[in-house]
Amino acid sequence: MELVRAHILVCGGTGCTSSGSKAVQEALHRELKKQGLDKEVKIVETGCHGFCEQGPLVIVYPEGTFYCQVQVEDIPELVEEHLLKGRILQRLLFTEPLTQERVPHYKEIDFYRKQRRLVLRNCGYIDPEKIDEYIARDGYVALAKVLGEMTPEDVIEEIKASGLRGRGGAGFPTGLKWGFAAQAPGEKKYVVCNADEGDPGAFMDRSILEGDPHCVLEGMLIGAYAIGSDEGYIYARAEYPLAIKRLKIALAQARELGLMGDNILGTDFCFDLHIKEGAGAFVCGEETALMASIEGQRGMPRSRPPFPANSGLWGKPTNINNVETWANVANIIRNGAKWYGQFGTEKSKGTKVFALTGKVKNTGLVEVPMGIPMREIIYEIGDGILGDKKFKAVQIGGPSGGCLSEGQLDLAVDYESLGSAGAIMGSGGLVVMDEETCMVDVAKFFLDFTRAESCGKCTPCREGIQRMREMLQDFSEGKGSLEDLDKLERLAQTIKDTALCGLGQTAPNPVLTTLRYFRDEYEAHIRDKRCPAGVCRALLTYYIVPELCRGCTACARVCPTGAITGKVKEPHVIDPEKCIKCGACMEACRFDSIILK
Amino acid sequence: MNCSCTNGGEGERRTAAQENIAKIIGKFQGRQGTLIPILQEVQEYLGYLPRWALNFIAQQTGIRPAKVYGVVTFYTQFNLEPKGRYLIMICQGTACHVNGSARILEALEDELGIAEGETTADGNFTLETVACLGCCSLAPVITINGNTYGKLTPAKARKIISQYRSRIRESKAECI
Ligand SMILES: Cc1cc2nc3c(=O)[nH]c(=O)nc-3n(C[C@H](O)[C@H](O)[C@H](O)COP(=O)(O)O)c2cc1C
Ligand code: SF4
Ligand code: FES
Repeated sequence: MELVRAHILVCGGTGCTSSGSKAVQEALHRELKKQGLDKEVKIVETGCHGFCEQGPLVIVYPEGTFYCQVQVEDIPELVEEHLLKGRILQRLLFTEPLTQERVPHYKEIDFYRKQRRLVLRNCGYIDPEKIDEYIARDGYVALAKVLGEMTPEDVIEEIKASGLRGRGGAGFPTGLKWGFAAQAPGEKKYVVCNADEGDPGAFMDRSILEGDPHCVLEGMLIGAYAIGSDEGYIYARAEYPLAIKRLKIALAQARELGLMGDNILGTDFCFDLHIKEGAGAFVCGEETALMASIEGQRGMPRSRPPFPANSGLWGKPTNINNVETWANVANIIRNGAKWYGQFGTEKSKGTKVFALTGKVKNTGLVEVPMGIPMREIIYEIGDGILGDKKFKAVQIGGPSGGCLSEGQLDLAVDYESLGSAGAIMGSGGLVVMDEETCMVDVAKFFLDFTRAESCGKCTPCREGIQRMREMLQDFSEGKGSLEDLDKLERLAQTIKDTALCGLGQTAPNPVLTTLRYFRDEYEAHIRDKRCPAGVCRALLTYYIVPELCRGCTACARVCPTGAITGKVKEPHVIDPEKCIKCGACMEACRFDSIILK
Repeated sequence: MNCSCTNGGEGERRTAAQENIAKIIGKFQGRQGTLIPILQEVQEYLGYLPRWALNFIAQQTGIRPAKVYGVVTFYTQFNLEPKGRYLIMICQGTACHVNGSARILEALEDELGIAEGETTADGNFTLETVACLGCCSLAPVITINGNTYGKLTPAKARKIISQYRSRIRESKAECI
């Protein structure tokens, strides 16, 4: 390896790419060349660092100086100050909002300090397109250990002992699942990686695949050895082109080094992988639907049993795990089950990666030990609510999960506690909502999603979600009666009990949890014809605050129905009879004098 | 670029296209579960999946046309109609929803004069919604032909469209 005096890590994850990291990287190349530093300083494009909100991110090693929101225009100064003069460029450092202090090292930023990065240990540190960098960080050591000194039974026992549970949502013990597939009779067996990440508002799996694809491949190799499989599939969303590209590169490199293919590392063990691109259907994340889709069918779930462990892909025993589950495996084998057991709680071991989004100050990808209180994630890592508004709810688990309120903030984030609160761990979406979010609207939003994604095979899901959605529509327009709330609750419970697959069984969760924790908000809609958060249009009127209005006439000019009248330089008024609530006036007003009441 | 004003070559073009589709199908010969990847590649090649292409795929692979059609209509990725030159995808995921994506959608529908799922009459823009683009930290987000625009406001979204419009005008001017 060539010796250089500094490394500049530029994030190449989807978040930072969207905020312009490619151009920043090119500018760095140009500037280094111009300054004659291109031999001494190396630029590395890495996967996601997690702090997408502050992108594009640039980290300079050996010091580990963390620069955020770096723009092309900043590059000449950055190179001159940091790399020529050896001084930290203060103005690009992250400012801790609470103390207003500039923090040079990323490890000292609150966002990172509370995290335990095990699964994400390489994300943002290595170039995901270079297998050497993965190997340099002990990559494929676990595979060598497994092939050299462990029997398949040993591997399964080790995973069982670690207490690892599936990260795809349900939290089924991974070692146990492997054991079923290993014991299932049959010569041909498959392993599958579920990378269909369908939860709208989550991107953990994508970031792992983009930032450290080899750790998923290594996990799958180890799993394949344990259950006796020689062929596998990765089923990835087509909306994730960068992840798919990096997987393909990783696969080719692993094959070249004899880590994939026939006689891996000179042993009898043979295994290879195919990458399948999903074609856009949320229900394909469900394991039986996913396998139907790999087979080229419509992705409809089927009832279980038989479980995939006995009859999966093309009727053969199949073991399917989530991306993050696979990404945990090599760490456990390398460091041992005991080491892994130190993280997390008694029944929920290890860490969990969350996509923290919504109305929090710090959004991005975070990895925390299981059992951490929700409050710490939102207030310490996330640094509280945007604009210092009031916290209202946190949605965990996406369309299958639930909304928790203030009262649950001290809940431990583990499988059991979340389940007893009516939510689920889910795959890791964590959306924070503030006082301006209407919970009836949120429930409606999730039902819109599940209604569109229901495959239509069974009646409770196909018809039931539609009925629930209609009731919520009525509530959002101030119609319906308080008894309807009980009716809605009964219907939701019935769907939960009778739907065929996980989609239908969990679709009522957003409704049930909002009813449980935010019933007063439903009641306000129905009884008082009022949307407390100011979201449900039918219950709102646009109103011009006379004291704030300067009479600039901007609103009157954009109103499509001529509902706004008033003289120049005098406060205007909106005629509620004519107003169609399009919001054009509010957008046009430069003085924030139009409000919703 | 060749102009397609002369309508005479329709049949010939189709034969050529069929030959290429046959090549795509040939690549997957002897493998299992290949209908979806074949459809993905054909769509990539033609831009959409016209009826004749579906029938041709059915005939070549021996899969029943009804099944091919069933698979195509099940997955949102497949289009039976051609798309506009610029495909605008508006994220309607949870993070984008709580950050006001509904207003972005309204602004774009108004700006383009089409509803979600439609294409403008001049064939320049198609407007679609998507469940999450995976850049939730930048919510609300849209992509246009794969380029991401984040932290949008209705006004910003309108401005982006007008930039694309002037780009289209410039490229037309070059042609003349
Ligand atoms: C509607 C639905 C969608 C799902 N989507 C996903 C998904 O996107 N990713 C995932 O890993 N598991 C998803 N699952 C869970 C899978 O069915 C399966 O339990 C999981 O892949 C098993 O892996 P694990 O044991 O490692 O969690 C989904 C389940 C349902 C019912
Ligand atoms: S619950 Fe919904 S998605 Fe699942 S099989 Fe029934 S209709 Fe299909
Ligand atoms: S919710 Fe819009 S990008 Fe994820």
